[in-house]
Amino acid sequence: MGLRLSNLSVHYGQNLAVSGVHLEIGDGEVLALLGPSGCGKSTLLRAVAGLEQSSSGAVAWDDVDLAGVPVHRREFGLVFQDGQLFPHRDVAGNVAFGLRMRGADKRAQAERVAELLELVGLPGYGSRRTTELSGGEQQRVALARALAPRPKLLLLDEPLSALDRALREQLAADLAVLLRRAGATALLVTHDHGEAFALADRIALMRKGKIVQTGTPHEVRKRPADDDVAAFLGHTGESASCPCCGSPIPDSAVLGRHARHGR
Amino acid sequence: MRGTKIALGVGAAVPLLFLAVFFAWPVAAIIGLGLGESGVGAVLADSQTWELVAFTLGQAAASTVVALLAGLPVAYLLARCAVRGRGFVRLIVTIPFVLPTLVVGMAFRSLLGDSGVIAIVLANAFFNVAVVARTVGGLWANLDLRAEDAARALGASRWRAFTSVTLPALAPAIGSALAVVFLFCATSFGVVLVLGGSEYRTLETEIYLRTVQLLDLPGAAALSLVQLVAVVGALLAGAIARRRRETALALRRSAETARRPEGAEWVVVGAALTVVVLLLLPVFSLIVQSLSTRDGWSLAGYTALAGDAAESTLGVSGLAAAVNSLRTAFDATLLAMFLGVLAAVVLSQLRRRRGRLAEAMDMALMLPLGVSAVTVGFGYLVTMDSLPGDLRSSPVLVPFAQALVVMPLIIRTVLPVLRAIDDRLRQAAATLGASPLRVWREVDLPFAGRSLLAAAGFGYVVALGEFGATSFLVRPDAPTLPVAVSRLISRPGELNVQMAYASCVLLMIVTVAAVALVERVRVGSEALGEF
Amino acid sequence: MVLALISGCSLTGGGEAGTGGEKVVLVTHNSFALPKPVLDEFTKNTGITIEISRRGDAGEMTNQLVLTKGNPLADAVFGIDSTYASRAIGQNLLQAYRSPEAAKGAQRYAVAGAEDKLSAVDVGDVCLNIDTGFLAQRGIPEPTSLAELTDPRYKDLLVVQNPATSSPGLAFLFATVATFGEERWAEYWTKLKANGVKVASGWEQSYTQDFSGSSGKGPRPLVVSYASSPSAEVGPDGKPRTKALLGGCYRQVEYAGVLTGAKNTDGARKVVDFLLSDKVQSQLAEQMFVYPTREGVALPQSWQAAAPLPTKALELPAPQVDRDRERWLALWRSVVQG
Repeated sequence: MGLRLSNLSVHYGQNLAVSGVHLEIGDGEVLALLGPSGCGKSTLLRAVAGLEQSSSGAVAWDDVDLAGVPVHRREFGLVFQDGQLFPHRDVAGNVAFGLRMRGADKRAQAERVAELLELVGLPGYGSRRTTELSGGEQQRVALARALAPRPKLLLLDEPLSALDRALREQLAADLAVLLRRAGATALLVTHDHGEAFALADRIALMRKGKIVQTGTPHEVRKRPADDDVAAFLGHTGESASCPCCGSPIPDSAVLGRHARHGR
Repeated sequence: MRGTKIALGVGAAVPLLFLAVFFAWPVAAIIGLGLGESGVGAVLADSQTWELVAFTLGQAAASTVVALLAGLPVAYLLARCAVRGRGFVRLIVTIPFVLPTLVVGMAFRSLLGDSGVIAIVLANAFFNVAVVARTVGGLWANLDLRAEDAARALGASRWRAFTSVTLPALAPAIGSALAVVFLFCATSFGVVLVLGGSEYRTLETEIYLRTVQLLDLPGAAALSLVQLVAVVGALLAGAIARRRRETALALRRSAETARRPEGAEWVVVGAALTVVVLLLLPVFSLIVQSLSTRDGWSLAGYTALAGDAAESTLGVSGLAAAVNSLRTAFDATLLAMFLGVLAAVVLSQLRRRRGRLAEAMDMALMLPLGVSAVTVGFGYLVTMDSLPGDLRSSPVLVPFAQALVVMPLIIRTVLPVLRAIDDRLRQAAATLGASPLRVWREVDLPFAGRSLLAAAGFGYVVALGEFGATSFLVRPDAPTLPVAVSRLISRPGELNVQMAYASCVLLMIVTVAAVALVERVRVGSEALGEF
Repeated sequence: MVLALISGCSLTGGGEAGTGGEKVVLVTHNSFALPKPVLDEFTKNTGITIEISRRGDAGEMTNQLVLTKGNPLADAVFGIDSTYASRAIGQNLLQAYRSPEAAKGAQRYAVAGAEDKLSAVDVGDVCLNIDTGFLAQRGIPEPTSLAELTDPRYKDLLVVQNPATSSPGLAFLFATVATFGEERWAEYWTKLKANGVKVASGWEQSYTQDFSGSSGKGPRPLVVSYASSPSAEVGPDGKPRTKALLGGCYRQVEYAGVLTGAKNTDGARKVVDFLLSDKVQSQLAEQMFVYPTREGVALPQSWQAAAPLPTKALELPAPQVDRDRERWLALWRSVVQG
């Protein structure tokens, strides 16, 4: 059950950006799609969202092919690198957007908005203008907005990479907690293996449009599929390091749901 | 996604079909008639033709530069300055656009004497400052100030911040405005005729002469082709210059972006006010003329316009003519808004998928601004009888002909804003469950709403001032104000002249009132009429 | 397209002219004007509604008719003038119709050889207009002929119109051709130019702005205009401020006719009769500033003193005008603008 990509290929202009990808994400699972920039991982995510047309293969949810389902009926939440909050609406207006689209009544909207703002650590922010928020706060609101309508699948496109380092660490930790607490099924696209290891149940390594290895963070770290993967992960053997934070991440943090370097 | 493609296809087909039937076909037909006879080559080989081309493009380029220099401070004032009287200025700058070129030409003639080229350039610029102010101001008002502030914080002077941050962000709107103004100036007819005396001629006046007076269709066809090539060349140059400039920008509600000017910004405000005063000079001279007689001040022109004197000359009173103007312009604006907004939406969508196709379509929709009204008008004569109901003499053709001119303006006003909206914002809305139409309502409209209203107001003004097609096609017993002005001023006698000037003043009042009304409209919960 | 139709509504919806009865489409120039009661009376008497289609000046209108002769725009035409008569006839725009009303004076202005095609409705001679007060104040004698205009005492006092863009301008060019002949008219213009003639592109600027005798109170007391213009410049004392130089006027006759291919030929004939009738002819002076062709039609009071019709006026044969006009224009341009 959940998401299944079978033999998915996507052309981006003339180039084959995604080439014959097979991938599954189970219910409640967080999968990180990890790879260098330009490897096709964002295109893959956009194809899942329905924003990019696949040239062959299929995207299926619960074994139902999504080919004929437009973006707005897929019920997948999406968080961009830089939030993309609606600047003409306040924080509550942003979070409630998806609920409004589904025709939820005002009270239900308000309740859900409060609940989510609480969840992302911004209680009482509802009436703030989005332009008054810091980058980290904007990403939290974006996450709340995506989660509010209870999406079947949460798509996270480099959600932390626009933030500065300190924020990134903090938010990575929070995000890990959040995703668990919300019980979300998620596809996280990132080029930062620290982030991937911190957040994901499973990691799919992508290179030049292809998935070269999938496995738990532990498996990937222990047994990189080939030298290139090892080189990309930037380490040999045991000492996993987080290039973004520059400090080694203990196994427990990588494997566990509860990142401990944080608040 | 296939549904989107079909929708885009249909969306593109409607304005293009309109363009094909009411522009391409008539123009091709009349040029074809000319090419069928001999004499085309001779005109092309004539060195005078190329002098005409050089002068036409030269005066258009000069007028465009002047309009830009005068329009930018005004755009700044309208978009960025929280000062009193901003709304008034916004209304004032639209007035030139409705005034009949004959009368404005005469006003410039009396203000500047017969200074030839300079008068032509200034008068052309006078008509087009509003295009720059409105097109650029529309985007400027929504531009996020913080990028500029950031540049300032990094040590950039105000001027550096403007040239390195703001100006590039405004480039698409400036490019749009330049294209429109250039086309207007390149095909400017009345101004060149009145102020050029017998010395200065342009492609437009020469096409008029050959078509209308001499019925030299081969000569006119040759010149029309030259005009077409020149216009397409200019549009191509513009398109190349702005290629890839129209990018997503951080847009904000304009209420947040206007602030009180400080320091050197007052200089710009001063410049803007100077421009406004200069724009008002010819306007005032018209008002003065409407009130002065041989024997001193008098309201005779106005009272005559309201009563029997106007009825005997025009068949209707001045007020009835004003009502006719409002109604005709309403039709044209409605039609042009429908077509123009549709085209703008299609263009903004198409560009991401098929850039070149979008460019070609964009250019095609601009062409009516660059082709002689006479060519189109005579083209109608030889084609429109094939349509049901013989449209050649039908008043129905008036809004159609006007919409051709208004549509590109609407596209140019709305498109830069639509293109400046980050597409990911739309995608975010879509993933949250908004259908494409809902995305348009929730994302595009709040941003573009203001520019839509601006476009509607502007289109309305252009249609109010339109004279060429109207003078042929409007029912003789239902003249519009510009038609009334031309009829009155072509008669001897003081009272007729006064009534003509009084009609101009009435036209100004009607314009200001109409634009003020249009811009007060609220869309959704947002007051958008404040650009 | 639905929207397009709706949008047409507010335009065509109000005050539809025809009430289902017989109608005649009359193509005419922009200066056409007749009081509504006169038109209504025609409708009452004949059951015919006249639908008027104004098509620019006389030249533009004629050329539009030429262009559409395969499928004419209208049934009848009014306003083809002497300059374009030859083209209209040569292009076979008109069908034969000799109105019974034409024998009552209009025949005097008929186009030779085409008496049954065009009926002369009015005469609107183009004459030099003089601001008599201006000249008297400065002690300059009024010019008595076109030739005198090259005299240095009239330096910088004359304003004319570009013959390429103005119909009185064109008529004045013809007047000089008729006066000085094919050989010497260009030389005359060279002298005019040396004497500071000002060329405006249209009558409006030259008359209302440059001419001292109009309300614009411009700097030049001599302007090319119409024989009738002084009637509009009568002071409160009842005396005209300006006068026309009756010696060098160029005769412009405006004609009406039935178009070839008219859908309503009978109706069109009635409209031509109507234009020649006493009822319309007596309105021409007030409405269009032209003189009736019908004999015995009284001119308004103010005209009798200020704007008598020139007894004799210059004319060029229509075929010659049609043949040489473009060449003359080119020559004029090279002399005056070159």
